[in-house]
Amino acid sequence: MLLWNTVAFFLKVKPIDFITGTQWNPSASKARYGILPLLVSTSLVTFGAMAIAIPLSIGTAAFLSEYAGKKLKNILKPVIEMLAAVPSVAIGFLGIVVLGPGIAHLTRQSNGLNALNGAILLAVMALPTIITVAEDAINGVPKSYNEASYGVGASKWQTLTKVTIPAAAPGILAAVMLGVGRAIGETMTVLMATGNASSFPKGFFHSVRTITATIAIEMGEVPYQTTHYYALFAIAAVLFLITLIVNLIGEHFVNKYKKYQEA
Amino acid sequence: MKKFTPILEWGSLLFTTGIVCFFLVVILWDIISKGAPSLTWEFVSALPTAGMTKGGILPAIIGTVLLTLITAIVAAPFGISCAIYLNEYASDNWLTRIIRASIRNLAGVPSIIYGLFGLALFVQGLQMGTSLLAAGLTLGLLSLPYIIITTEEALRRIPASTREAALGVGATELESIRDVVLPSAIPGILTGVVLTLSRAAGETAPILFTGVAFYINNPSGYLNQEFMALPYHLYMLSTQHQAIEQVRPLAYGTSLVLIIVVFLLNLSAFYIRYKHNKND
Repeated sequence: MLLWNTVAFFLKVKPIDFITGTQWNPSASKARYGILPLLVSTSLVTFGAMAIAIPLSIGTAAFLSEYAGKKLKNILKPVIEMLAAVPSVAIGFLGIVVLGPGIAHLTRQSNGLNALNGAILLAVMALPTIITVAEDAINGVPKSYNEASYGVGASKWQTLTKVTIPAAAPGILAAVMLGVGRAIGETMTVLMATGNASSFPKGFFHSVRTITATIAIEMGEVPYQTTHYYALFAIAAVLFLITLIVNLIGEHFVNKYKKYQEA
Repeated sequence: MKKFTPILEWGSLLFTTGIVCFFLVVILWDIISKGAPSLTWEFVSALPTAGMTKGGILPAIIGTVLLTLITAIVAAPFGISCAIYLNEYASDNWLTRIIRASIRNLAGVPSIIYGLFGLALFVQGLQMGTSLLAAGLTLGLLSLPYIIITTEEALRRIPASTREAALGVGATELESIRDVVLPSAIPGILTGVVLTLSRAAGETAPILFTGVAFYINNPSGYLNQEFMALPYHLYMLSTQHQAIEQVRPLAYGTSLVLIIVVFLLNLSAFYIRYKHNKND
């Protein structure tokens, strides 16, 4: 279905204009269907989200598996599960009412609905996924590694940073990939928090419009079976391909990690 | 100085963990403290009035409950049977491996793509129009891979010796699965199904174009009509309403109700898991 409508689109618009076009403006009199601004927006927000989420989640995962006692773990685990359960639309809502005004105040802009806002919210949403998978990976490192490290006189911190985390690296990478996949495909949060200006994105403090948000905004308004309608299916196909590749890379690392543990 | 380094190291990890917890506290605190004042009996039992600026959100609550029920009816039987087939009957060959890999990848497909797919297949292809049924089927499709994966995991946890014992006393393969394996895997399966449904109840993107509406005067609950839903209601109140400051309290109230619904589903899943773990 996705493929069918995408093909219908490329019958009407040259693929080269689609890939290299720097304007997305389907409702202008001379409609433009360039995916680049959307793609750059999605990458910008996802990159920002990961820059925040990766250090936080690896730190938390390491704390959970190496330092936290059983009691603390029993409190922290449900906290992370609850964070995962908060619906995306509620997080987007807080982006509008709490984070947006906060950013606007700090940067002295008229409103705080920009790429940074979306990135922070997406980081919050990706955290539980990355923490859970990364913690499993760190837990999966054989105890003999740690003992060998202690045996040669390494401290707990040295063991963690020089032995345990490098040994768990493929598993942690898989966790990050899952988080990236989740952030790229998330719709409601970015739709509500990033401002959705369709011009070419200028940076973290400007409004951006991701692939997912574009689909959500425009699909409700286009007449069925028009070029614009097909165009939305085409960008959905691109989104699908990206998440598929990200997930496959993640899976590759999971398998690598499993083999490595069995060895 | 050297004495303090371990504390610093431990502290930095504690700090990252603290930030993660802080996020949850902020989310819950803000929504509960500002949502609680609007959470009255009228709010959950009345129709919206005065252009959404007053009244309750009853139709949205009913819509979300019905939608989740349809999702369960669509996805649970199909997903559980798929998992039973994959885990109990299918031999471990390349075809099964491809099926498993596709299911895992389907679980990673963005929800908005399910929305487009539902629009193209159910709303237009099968001529259902934008309706409760089309949206429920779309959410059902979205939930299917999760249910299959969690059910398979629950089945895998049943030890091989249990199956062998059943077969040993002369049960057929079907009897062993129906009377021995399934009953002991039920708590695990239920946990997975309920967690998946709680996710589906909070989803907005897949129902955007398949049947949700901002205002339904008279919530009939018919399958072929549009409906209201809590997540979409919150989205509209917080971004599209013309008197946006005036409806803020209602938006907070709606998000509180939505979070309560989702957390209740989650809690029941944890309760099932907890009870099951105690019995072991």
